[in-house]
Amino acid sequence: MKLFLSLLFRNRLAAFGAVVLAIIVILAVLTPLLPLHPPNATNTANRYLRPLADGHLLGTDHLGRDLLSRLLWGTRLSLAVGFAAALIAGLAGAAIGVMAGYFGGRTDNVTMRGIDMLMAFPYILLALAIVAVLGPGLLNALIAVAVVNIPFFARNIRGVTVGIAHREFIDAARLAGMGHARILLTEVVPNIVPVVVIAMSTTIGWMILETAGLSFLGLGSQPPQADLGSMLGEARSALITAPHTSIVPGVMILLIVMSVNLLGDGIRDALDPRLRSGALARPMAATRVDRRDVPPAQGDGLLTIDALDTQFQIGKRIYKAVNQVSLDLRPGECLGLIGESGSGKSVTALSVMGLVASPPGVITGGAVRLEGQDLIGAPYEVLRSLRGRRVAYIFQDPLSTLHPLYRIGDQLTEAIRVHDPVSHAEAHKRAVKLLEDVRIPNAAARMCAYPHELSGGMRQRVGIAMALANDPDIIIADEPTTALDVTVQAQILALLDELRQSRGLAILFITHDFGVVGQLCDRVAVMYGGRIVETGPTAEVLAAPAHPYTRRLIACVPELGQGQRVLAAIPGLPPAVDQLPDGCAFAPRCEKARAACKSGEIALTGATRKVRCLYPEEAHVARAENH
Amino acid sequence: MSLALKTTDLAKSFDIGKRLFGPPRAQVYAVRPVSLDVAQGETLGIVGESGCGKSTLARMLVGLSPPSAGEIEIEGRALDRADPAAFGRLIQYVFQDPVSSLNPRKTIRQIMEAPLRQLHGMRGAALEARIAELFDAVNLRPEFLDRYPHEFSGGQAQRIGIARALAASPRILILDEPVSALDVSVQAQVLNLLADLKVEFNLTYLFISHDLAVVEAVSDRIAVLYFGSVVETGPAEKVFAAPRHPYTKLLADSAPVVGRPLGGAQSGELPDPLNPPPGCAFAGRCPRASALCRAEVPRLRAIEGDQFAACHHPRDA
Repeated sequence: MKLFLSLLFRNRLAAFGAVVLAIIVILAVLTPLLPLHPPNATNTANRYLRPLADGHLLGTDHLGRDLLSRLLWGTRLSLAVGFAAALIAGLAGAAIGVMAGYFGGRTDNVTMRGIDMLMAFPYILLALAIVAVLGPGLLNALIAVAVVNIPFFARNIRGVTVGIAHREFIDAARLAGMGHARILLTEVVPNIVPVVVIAMSTTIGWMILETAGLSFLGLGSQPPQADLGSMLGEARSALITAPHTSIVPGVMILLIVMSVNLLGDGIRDALDPRLRSGALARPMAATRVDRRDVPPAQGDGLLTIDALDTQFQIGKRIYKAVNQVSLDLRPGECLGLIGESGSGKSVTALSVMGLVASPPGVITGGAVRLEGQDLIGAPYEVLRSLRGRRVAYIFQDPLSTLHPLYRIGDQLTEAIRVHDPVSHAEAHKRAVKLLEDVRIPNAAARMCAYPHELSGGMRQRVGIAMALANDPDIIIADEPTTALDVTVQAQILALLDELRQSRGLAILFITHDFGVVGQLCDRVAVMYGGRIVETGPTAEVLAAPAHPYTRRLIACVPELGQGQRVLAAIPGLPPAVDQLPDGCAFAPRCEKARAACKSGEIALTGATRKVRCLYPEEAHVARAENH
Repeated sequence: MSLALKTTDLAKSFDIGKRLFGPPRAQVYAVRPVSLDVAQGETLGIVGESGCGKSTLARMLVGLSPPSAGEIEIEGRALDRADPAAFGRLIQYVFQDPVSSLNPRKTIRQIMEAPLRQLHGMRGAALEARIAELFDAVNLRPEFLDRYPHEFSGGQAQRIGIARALAASPRILILDEPVSALDVSVQAQVLNLLADLKVEFNLTYLFISHDLAVVEAVSDRIAVLYFGSVVETGPAEKVFAAPRHPYTKLLADSAPVVGRPLGGAQSGELPDPLNPPPGCAFAGRCPRASALCRAEVPRLRAIEGDQFAACHHPRDA
């Protein structure tokens, strides 16, 4: 709740709306206690008094009634009717929507087609028809406005419910023996309450307007009772001679609707998880860089990463996702970067081309050099010319990286033409060639396919073809086979290996699977808690891991062909990178940890085999001595 | 040895292109008639790639999805209608994604109470004691009970999911990819926990996964699914070591193993479910396929001892 209020009031306009609305509501609530003239007492001698007249602050209307008093009583009534209509429409609409969305099938079809029919009429016509049947009166106007707005809620809530009804926790509730009524009330409804609140907060203003509209036409509140709409209606005849009688209720309607809408937008922004996480905030074109000094160039590889620090700064918390990571990649080499989720391997890869979303990501130190040229802090134009042309990415899920509405051929030719302004025909020819290179059968025909028409393996082949489009020197592959089946994974890995050899590509291959690393990579770097804990030639690291984490990680992964057995698990959980322990990040889970492991900075030592451990594994030490 | 679970020609088809009146335009089989026996106390591993029907099979076995044909028998009792509450006391389900299987707006205590109250009518002190006992069994601290699901890591959430499944005191657990959403270091913890619980509560497991090494490590017997049918079953130590069906061989060869060279890029994909081939579904990708394979669907038959394969030309051991 505190979080909600702070989010809400961070939005200045919403805070302004809240203050204005609060003042109006307080005035409306206190109206019976205020020393006002009776709202319906006529005094025709004093009709059309101007504002600030003696005893009548806002003047009088055509019957000499005090406008201030009528305004406050009218506001009271209009607000009450508006809120009541929103509440009724919200509850009825939500009930219909939940039923339709949860039960689906025929129930859904019948109710939603009924709702569609309601929506087919212009709302004011429908409201007029309802009032015509029920007879004029404020209560009937309220019913009309509520009914007219039910479809909006029903459709909204149905959509949300359909999403929830297919979630796994609903299945779990059914397996726990709950009936439909109980599941609806205790599992579904709590999850849609925020949506109902959001929908209500953004429509109350609209409903107040609609009620005023009906009253203006004389179908709502009946004389002498005042509400804002009827005040406007009665003042219409004196619009020219006594404009204040129209302006006063008009301004009040404006204030109410504006403040309700501003506040409603604020509530929506604060409640909607997608807006809260900043997903709709547009990220910068390149990751923000805030580094003090640039480390001197060390390696002479094709791509060298020196002491890279990438952080996520969320509120007061700082997540050190990448912490002093150094890597180098030589031409034609495949370097594996292995680690569990949250170890910083993907963020390292995205930092190379400044692709970490900012906010909240910030590169706070280090350098990434492509043939000696520092990419961190390079102007966006430079990064843009290198992205895809020199360094290309392949991501885990090709369904989310390919645009769903464009044919894959068009996406490929676009990727080619961004860096190389050739003719469409030429680009098309090259795109077909690319698809053939990644072994897509019927390449020319597949150019016209949409991403959803291809299987996962075929889509990933297209993803690889996109990466190859501009003949890059380096491919950064971020778990490219994790979402694929084993037989398809084997095909894709073989393809990548073949392309590497035929084109002399350097590959930075990110994965969590030692089997894949063992088959594909020349060298491997192991990450834990944002740091590299061990690196070296793959065969050596796998045969004799030096860091206890590497050894135990390899041990706890079952390998095919060893039969049924108990696995060697690592107790505990990986550390959160916003509160890393002092010393070695693995020390709390390591059975060999001693006091020295839990303090100070532990360096990455060694030549070709590097390890960040004070007491490396004996097998490794013995091997090192033999050499 | 008595049977815990028996399915007879269990099948599931979906209608495509429904019409207002009359039959649908086409039917797609997600699961072709499957007959499986699972002995009391056994772990049967079910492997297959995406789209092979393993999750549909699992959902039918717990009553979440009514079968189109066939029968399910649990400990000799036939369960003939899809009613999760009736199934719930005998057979429970552990979901793949631990976090989304917990309602984000309920505390862990409320989540744990549901099966105990609904299926066993527990109240008050007995309820409390049982929850404490279950939490102890899955190595979770009791103070977690008053927290909400988003506060837990994947491994902890999966333990909660397992505790909830155990709360129904089932005889059989269906584990649908229970560790594939978890990190490798946590995966082993959960697998070992499952092995301990099986002994402690005298359970029978159906372990569904696409990860061959994991299935081999935890199962007594393995069934391999392809395109909705069982193509091979046999003891865990034999199925991948000496596969009889060419598809099992392809699976075993595709698993990444350190030191093995990358396999040649075999092409081939699943057949189109709307237009299934008349014979063996694997014939299009199979090096041993003959005219017979393209004409006639092979039946699952014993090849040697307790190793079964649905293949006209099984491989030699």
